[in-house]
Amino acid sequence: MELIIALAIGIVFGSGIWLVLRPRTFQVLTGLLLMSYAVNLFIFVIGRLWIDRPPLTPGPALPDPTTVADPLPQALVLTAIVIGFATTALFLVLMIGARGVTGTDHVDGEEPDR
Amino acid sequence: MSLAWSQHLIVAPVLLPLLCGALVVPFKESRHRLKFAVNMISVLCLFAVAVRLLVMTDNEAWPQGIGVYLAANWAAPFGIALVADRLAAMMLLLTSLIAGCVLLYSAQRWSRIGVHFHSLFQFLLMGINGAVLTHDLFNLFVFFEVMLAASYGLLLHGYNVARLRAGIQYIAINLAASLLFLIGVALIYASTGTLNMADLAVRLPHAGAHQLPLLQAGAAILAIAFLVKSAMWPLGFWLPTTYSAASPPVAAMLVLTTKIGPFVILRVWLLAFSSAAGVSSGFAFDLFLWGGMATVVFGAAGMLATDVSERLAGYGAIVSSGILLAVIGYGQASLVSAGLYYLLGSTLALSAFMLLLELIERFRSPGAAVLALTMEAFAVEEAPGEPVGVGIPAALAFLGMSFAACALIITGLPPLSGFVAKFTLFHALLNPPASAVTAKTWVLMALILLSGMAAIISLLRFGVRTFWAAGRVAQPRLPVTEVAPICLLLGLCVLLTVQAGPVMDYLVRTADDLHRPQQYIERVLSEPAVPGMQGKGDAR
Repeated sequence: MELIIALAIGIVFGSGIWLVLRPRTFQVLTGLLLMSYAVNLFIFVIGRLWIDRPPLTPGPALPDPTTVADPLPQALVLTAIVIGFATTALFLVLMIGARGVTGTDHVDGEEPDR
Repeated sequence: MSLAWSQHLIVAPVLLPLLCGALVVPFKESRHRLKFAVNMISVLCLFAVAVRLLVMTDNEAWPQGIGVYLAANWAAPFGIALVADRLAAMMLLLTSLIAGCVLLYSAQRWSRIGVHFHSLFQFLLMGINGAVLTHDLFNLFVFFEVMLAASYGLLLHGYNVARLRAGIQYIAINLAASLLFLIGVALIYASTGTLNMADLAVRLPHAGAHQLPLLQAGAAILAIAFLVKSAMWPLGFWLPTTYSAASPPVAAMLVLTTKIGPFVILRVWLLAFSSAAGVSSGFAFDLFLWGGMATVVFGAAGMLATDVSERLAGYGAIVSSGILLAVIGYGQASLVSAGLYYLLGSTLALSAFMLLLELIERFRSPGAAVLALTMEAFAVEEAPGEPVGVGIPAALAFLGMSFAACALIITGLPPLSGFVAKFTLFHALLNPPASAVTAKTWVLMALILLSGMAAIISLLRFGVRTFWAAGRVAQPRLPVTEVAPICLLLGLCVLLTVQAGPVMDYLVRTADDLHRPQQYIERVLSEPAVPGMQGKGDAR
């Protein structure tokens, strides 16, 4: 289970790195998105992989912390998703703006000399 | 029972800009006077709060001069703690001073070349102040993102092709660095089970052999994220392009945000990886030392190579960042206080230099500055046009004198604060408390001197070309609102020089605090939650 998750995160992040190093802004954006997905998954699994552990919910008695899932990574990943989504949307707007003003989608804002 | 009002001052530098920034969003751009007034009032209040916090921490109004604010009344390490100590109070004061000057400068023209300048400016202040105050690693990430998101907007303020190009690179590299920040924070949580910095310092010495590799990998990745922000070589190639593309007031604020990277490293590393941290003590300090020195070399070479004035200032900021990182990595308490003095002087001077360059540019090529503004992009109804208002007399003499003052501070020549800073740095380097002076001391000193030399050559070249070899030039018209901020910033540098004694005493106390992590641990973890307001959930 751990191995599969680790491999999945690694493959997604690796693809992201490759795309970020490409010269077109859309590839860079896709790469950043893939990397942020991988990081979100990674934060989620640092609470350890368990089966049959309910989330922490209010109840009549004090819960036993060994029987519930760690709630903190879930809170962290929610925040990270929101922030990542917002900043990526901003980057997308900028990308479209740059395409309109410079007439190219190269990250340097100009086509390289061939 | 409730908290004393003075306790709430700790959270005010975060809440005030948030509220003021949100308040001016709905108003149209034609109400720029109102927006400016709200912004200015907020900055003045921040200044008052910073002074008050400085006095309170220095007079030990709180035990050991460390004020702790528990957000939402959850005791640390479960909730987020905000901590005001001498270092934080000093950074808050520096932020509000530079913000006030930059805001005044931008009132005449620059705030009107795009939309929502004042809101973004306030959100930037919120991010900076929050990053300075927070004592929780994940909360630090959130404030970093607030700061960066506002800086993305400000960088693109009044956008043209250069700003768009620089913006794409700046945003891409900062998004990638933020992802590294998250990975680092996640690894630290996975291995220690805490995000509170003081609690981390407690748990670090007890980390077992199976946790240690994960923990150190996390800390290293976190360090890379901070080092991207502080523009350490080879992570700082974004900086000169970004600084030269941004509008001058924004570039002056970016000088300040670049100093947050070294600040956070100072805070986290001296607390968590101090000599009490067992096997992890001194982790990555050598990286900061040698990386900082490489940054100084890179910045100095850049200063010599470029002939674009804004890039020159950008490389100057890289040099000052490098010196700070090397000072932190050197790991000597007396050196840290000298480094903080250097931070104050160089940040003020570089901000003033950024503002000054635009005024100089104005008489070098009249009209060029106006061409750079693209008004059509936004439906800004009222064009700011040419600088209006009463010009000051002897404008050229003012520009020359201010340029000379900035150059003296950046190069570290007497009589201004740059010289005092470098002198105290060398004094601390040559008087180590225990060990003898080693080879790395000489290397660091040689590099600081050589970088000063490179700065002298490049600034002299720029000055001669601009002021002496320019031939007959028309006297530029400089409005008072653009001249006053530069005078104010340089006046602060003079004040820093004249009052070097008291300032250094304060900084020595600050550095002593930072080298006693035990008192942070005691204060943060023992701060009681307010009784009677706690545990609403339990009562159900």
